[in-house]
Amino acid sequence: MTTTVVDEAPHVVVRPGFWTRERRTGAVLVVLGLLAAVVFGLLAHADASAKFVLSENAEGPSFSIPGRTGAIAFGLIVTVAGVLLLALSTAKRWFGLLVGVAVVALVFSLLCSQISAASEGLQFMPVVNVTRQSIGYSVPLVFGALAGVLCERTGVINVAIEGQLLLGAFSAAMFATIAASVWVGVIAGGAAGVAVGALLAFFAIRYRVDQVILGVILIVLCTGLTGFMFERFMASDAETYNAPAQLPVWEIPVLGGIPVLGPILFRWNALVYFVFIVGILIHFGLFGTRWGLRTRSVGEHPTAADTVGIRVLGLRYWNVLVAGLIAGIGGSYLVLDAGFQFSKGMSAGKGFIALAAMIFGRWNPVGAMLAALLFGFVEALQTFLSAIGSPIPSQFLSMAPYLITIVAVAGLVGRVRAPAADGKPYVKG
Amino acid sequence: MILGQEPEGSASSPDKAPVSTGQVASETAATALRTPDPDEVGGPPAGNRFIAALWSANTVTVTVLSLFLAMVIGGVLICLSDPTVTAAYGYFFAAPGDAIAASWTAVSEAYANLFKGAIVDPAAVTGWLDGENTIWLALYPLSETLTYTAPLVFTGLAVALAFRGGLFNIGAQGQAIIGAAVAGLVGFGLHLPPVVHLVFTLVAGAIGGAAYGFVPGFLKARTGAHEVITTIMLNYIALYFLSWLIVQDGVQDPNRTDAISKPVDENALLPKLAGGDLRVHLGILLGVAAVVGVGWLLNRSTFGFELRAVGLNPDAARTAGMSVAATYTGTMVIAGALAGLGGTTVLLGTAGALTGSVVGNIGFDGITVALLGRGKPWGVLLAALLFGALRAGGNRMQSFSGIPVDLVDVLTALIVLFIAAPALVRSVFRLRAGRTGRLETTVAKGW
Amino acid sequence: MVANDHIDLTVEPGEIHALLGENGAGKSTLMNVLYGLLQPDEGEILINDEPHHIKGPRDAISAGIGMVHQHFMLVPVFTVAENVMLGAERARGGPLGMLDRARARRDVREVAERYGLQVNPAAIVEDLPVGVQQRVEIIKALTREVELLILDEPTAVLTPNETADLLEVMRSLKAAGKSIVFITHKLKEVKAIADRITVVRRGRTVGTATPDASEAELASLMVGRQVMLRVEKAPAQPGDVVLAVDGLAVADERGHRAVDGVDLEVRAGEVLGLAGVQGNGQTELIEALMGLRPALAGSATLKGEPLLGRRTKDVLGAGVGYIPEDRSVDGLIKEFTIAENLVLDTYDREPFGSKLALRLDRIEAAAKERVEEFDVRTPSHEANVGTLSGGNQQKVIVAREMSRPLNLLVAAQPTRGVDVGSIEFIHKRVIAARDAGAGVLVISSELDEVISLADRIAVMYRGRIIATVPATESRERIGLLMAGITETPTETEGSGQ
Repeated sequence: MTTTVVDEAPHVVVRPGFWTRERRTGAVLVVLGLLAAVVFGLLAHADASAKFVLSENAEGPSFSIPGRTGAIAFGLIVTVAGVLLLALSTAKRWFGLLVGVAVVALVFSLLCSQISAASEGLQFMPVVNVTRQSIGYSVPLVFGALAGVLCERTGVINVAIEGQLLLGAFSAAMFATIAASVWVGVIAGGAAGVAVGALLAFFAIRYRVDQVILGVILIVLCTGLTGFMFERFMASDAETYNAPAQLPVWEIPVLGGIPVLGPILFRWNALVYFVFIVGILIHFGLFGTRWGLRTRSVGEHPTAADTVGIRVLGLRYWNVLVAGLIAGIGGSYLVLDAGFQFSKGMSAGKGFIALAAMIFGRWNPVGAMLAALLFGFVEALQTFLSAIGSPIPSQFLSMAPYLITIVAVAGLVGRVRAPAADGKPYVKG
Repeated sequence: MILGQEPEGSASSPDKAPVSTGQVASETAATALRTPDPDEVGGPPAGNRFIAALWSANTVTVTVLSLFLAMVIGGVLICLSDPTVTAAYGYFFAAPGDAIAASWTAVSEAYANLFKGAIVDPAAVTGWLDGENTIWLALYPLSETLTYTAPLVFTGLAVALAFRGGLFNIGAQGQAIIGAAVAGLVGFGLHLPPVVHLVFTLVAGAIGGAAYGFVPGFLKARTGAHEVITTIMLNYIALYFLSWLIVQDGVQDPNRTDAISKPVDENALLPKLAGGDLRVHLGILLGVAAVVGVGWLLNRSTFGFELRAVGLNPDAARTAGMSVAATYTGTMVIAGALAGLGGTTVLLGTAGALTGSVVGNIGFDGITVALLGRGKPWGVLLAALLFGALRAGGNRMQSFSGIPVDLVDVLTALIVLFIAAPALVRSVFRLRAGRTGRLETTVAKGW
Repeated sequence: MVANDHIDLTVEPGEIHALLGENGAGKSTLMNVLYGLLQPDEGEILINDEPHHIKGPRDAISAGIGMVHQHFMLVPVFTVAENVMLGAERARGGPLGMLDRARARRDVREVAERYGLQVNPAAIVEDLPVGVQQRVEIIKALTREVELLILDEPTAVLTPNETADLLEVMRSLKAAGKSIVFITHKLKEVKAIADRITVVRRGRTVGTATPDASEAELASLMVGRQVMLRVEKAPAQPGDVVLAVDGLAVADERGHRAVDGVDLEVRAGEVLGLAGVQGNGQTELIEALMGLRPALAGSATLKGEPLLGRRTKDVLGAGVGYIPEDRSVDGLIKEFTIAENLVLDTYDREPFGSKLALRLDRIEAAAKERVEEFDVRTPSHEANVGTLSGGNQQKVIVAREMSRPLNLLVAAQPTRGVDVGSIEFIHKRVIAARDAGAGVLVISSELDEVISLADRIAVMYRGRIIATVPATESRERIGLLMAGITETPTETEGSGQ
């Protein structure tokens, strides 16, 4: 009776006895911790240490951890966290903290082992640099995940984030070049996202097309459209159509000068500040305002919303369009952040990682942002590890976000629950 | 005490004027008998009736009109992106004929090349008749079409079968990748006699795909994890796995520095069906066999009965003693095997060695194929033929008319979009509501 | 379809007006029109003598009409206060609309106190019992200062205690001058609370009455003619015990013990009727027997062989026929043909198929026979079941389950939503199965059906069998048992004398 099986009982019939969520997670952590201690311990360099520099290069304040000792010690910390989860009767209360500690320790175990084993002169990690990269990588994911949260909280499944990012990027590159203004690019990217959102809303709400199917079709459409236009315009004449400038970096006065925190938090371009502020606003909006209460009610129980006079379909249209705007601006970030040219398929699955971040963040704006930051960190870590010549294949780190999401939806570490009416067209009466 | 009882059949009695004493009163009534539609009265002549039937929104009509609509939009895109045409529109009011002629030239030339590349090029036929070139040149377009069709049949079936079982298998891409990877390992890892090696490799590909399809099926059955989410994630995991695999020692081609595996043994390759360097290979026949097999499975087999029952109403299936969990898992295993065969077909038919993008986009294209084929095996075959033809024709369109082959993606997306919303097509063409051509799929709504 | 055909209804201020009618008589349709969820094709609505055009719930609310729906219109993951304020939010900050939750909670408490509706405004709705959720619905309407409150089948899901509480609330609302339309098909409640009664049948008003009308009078108005459900049947010849259940306990979806220690026996050649108000554990009991739901404790045997823990397929294979209570959800696949539905649980057995393949020719031949034998009215056995009427759909299930040798027949609500002709037919087949030597377990919330079919009647209340009585027991006694009252007051008095 410890597992719930779809076939035999579609709902949890009896609470699992011994194997609660805490104990299962604890058991997994114990195994992971021991594995880390052994594997990373062996991989680590016994005599060298791992140096963590609090700057963007090798200079500056730093601290060092002996490689092998550190790798084993951090592995054991993971194990201890697991044991506590297994043994404590109050594990439920400490769950978040213990899992957090375990994850951080696991990362440090990996880092101690890999940094110490790197070749001479590369045995350090520029913490500020890696953190900045994590944030940078996570920004398009945050854009996409917020768009997903907005859509799905209102009851429309949005699988097409990938398409919105792609069309947004294309449109931003094209119009930023033509108008010679990055801001026109941002607006054009947003408009492209709104256009895809409009198609999604129109077919999902008006024609009640299955929303997952619709999302897939829209991705194919965006891929085709951007590929076609790219070949027709950009491939032959990049100067005229595909040479966007870079968004200026706005260093916040005073704050930007703070050591360590300054470069991490206060030296970004406008879109980075924008997306995190928007994320917090959406979070506050969803849970603290009239609009949010109504949006969530429409996503959970549209009939109930209708019976108290809320315009279900109108609210859905509105939210899906706003979500499109956000995702489209996220697309513009892909080209305007560094002034990259648009290239075919340049969203490269970021829309799907954003979807994963939304799910892993439990359809919660702040949760989705944190998940996106985590996935961004994994990508930055992968970049860093391959730079120091780590033997760990980069492909396996690239898989991590997807694996984490599967584990999350399979309920191995607690259930995630989508809004009840997500994906269900609303029919009056 | 009964205050009043009305004789049955009377709607209301005059002595009960509700307004006089009532504070709240309501009166509701029903539709008057619907007057019959004028065109339903009196039978029109047989010919008209045939046209009426054709013009009602049945499956075939909706499909054809969707194709037409998509081509029209594609034509608009071609014109919009053609400097000559847009220039002609610049002085539209001075010489409207110029603009229209320029549009017509651009669009008709593009679509003519699409046709010539997909089905037949009259020039090559007359060339053959005049003895200027071999018959193979005349058959080249068909060969290309069938070559592109073969893997799409498999992945289309993989998605369609899952649809019928109530599952949305977005993971055909990942299953095709893993299938191709496993087949590749067997293809260049073993050295077996002809036929035997081919069979081994095909089976390996099917098993690889099946194992990878098992994961989302099992997770769905066991934990309720939604297959759309898990298969999307598994696609990317497969992709990264493959890109890791092909650079490993013993897998990577020792004579190359780029990420490509050793070539598959000659004996394991799918034999060509025609001469003259035409690419068409045995895969298309295997595809037809798979269609027959899936048709039998769905309509004649015991498992197919369970699969359809679970797909349409899992509660009733469970009540009738079927195991919903086992059916979900079994469905995904078979779907995975089909997709794995799709990937293997590409590897053994055209690619010959594993690369990071060896299977191309066949898994995602399989979704559109399954949707256009409305989840039916023979429908999938026809849809795969159409999309295969578009791909083959798209290549010629690109090289002869300079229209990027990406237009084919736009066309397929639009076709499926219109088919998914038959009501839209109906209203665009003012069709009479008929047996709707809605997708006969029962995908679980929501996550 | 015409659900309401020229209905008149007048409600006075401060009146509890009962709208009485059978399931499907058109009561809910009428109220949905009043509440703006459906639009009338003809007729008008007058409020305080003025015609109103109600286009949606928004208009209804502003016209002072509130409604408590049969299926609650509450967002399960919201708190009570959030649900109550939804659509009429207490907010600050002008266009920002920041929710004022404290004020919303205060609103709930105020209304709750004024009308004696106890509820915690901060509780999450899905954690609350059904009766409390209903209170939230009422509070929701009251905070919108409605003058007319429509209660759609409010007692269908309530326990007797909760029902008593609800009637008390209705009285206090009436005392405060509110009008109430009380939709129900339960005569006792109507007589207990209503000031006036309007009876509807097949979408028409067929009469009005005061509560002093007798139940028989009201019933005949409601049903139209005296329907005698008595089935012609010979006395039972009970044989060996077919089904023995001992101490069975089963949990429902929410983890509560819906079945809490049930013992019962069904013998070959007899019909055991299981009577009880819906939601007293009957569903969970039979699902556990059928292998559709795990049991927590206890045992059950079929002809001496253990039954619990077996797969549904094996239970059916052991000669158990099962008519599930909700045919459209559990009994049939609407998109399948009649022929396919007729083999839904025998498709993989001889003669219809093997582990591998179906025998389509035999399936078709058998289907033709069954359609004939069970009088399924259809143009063809290849028609989809979804195209049939409710009665004919039910006949398909009966035909399927009774076309193989049975040891035990479990029939849950075998005639719910079925026309009179089909009811008679199905009842005859159930008795025929009994006479052929099967044990029959009939579960029905229609007391008349249980009485007419059963040889013995077990009454289920709150997960337990509180009494087993012969079918000759008086209706009143069984009715009291269904309400959980095991000793009748008259008996107590009688013993005292």
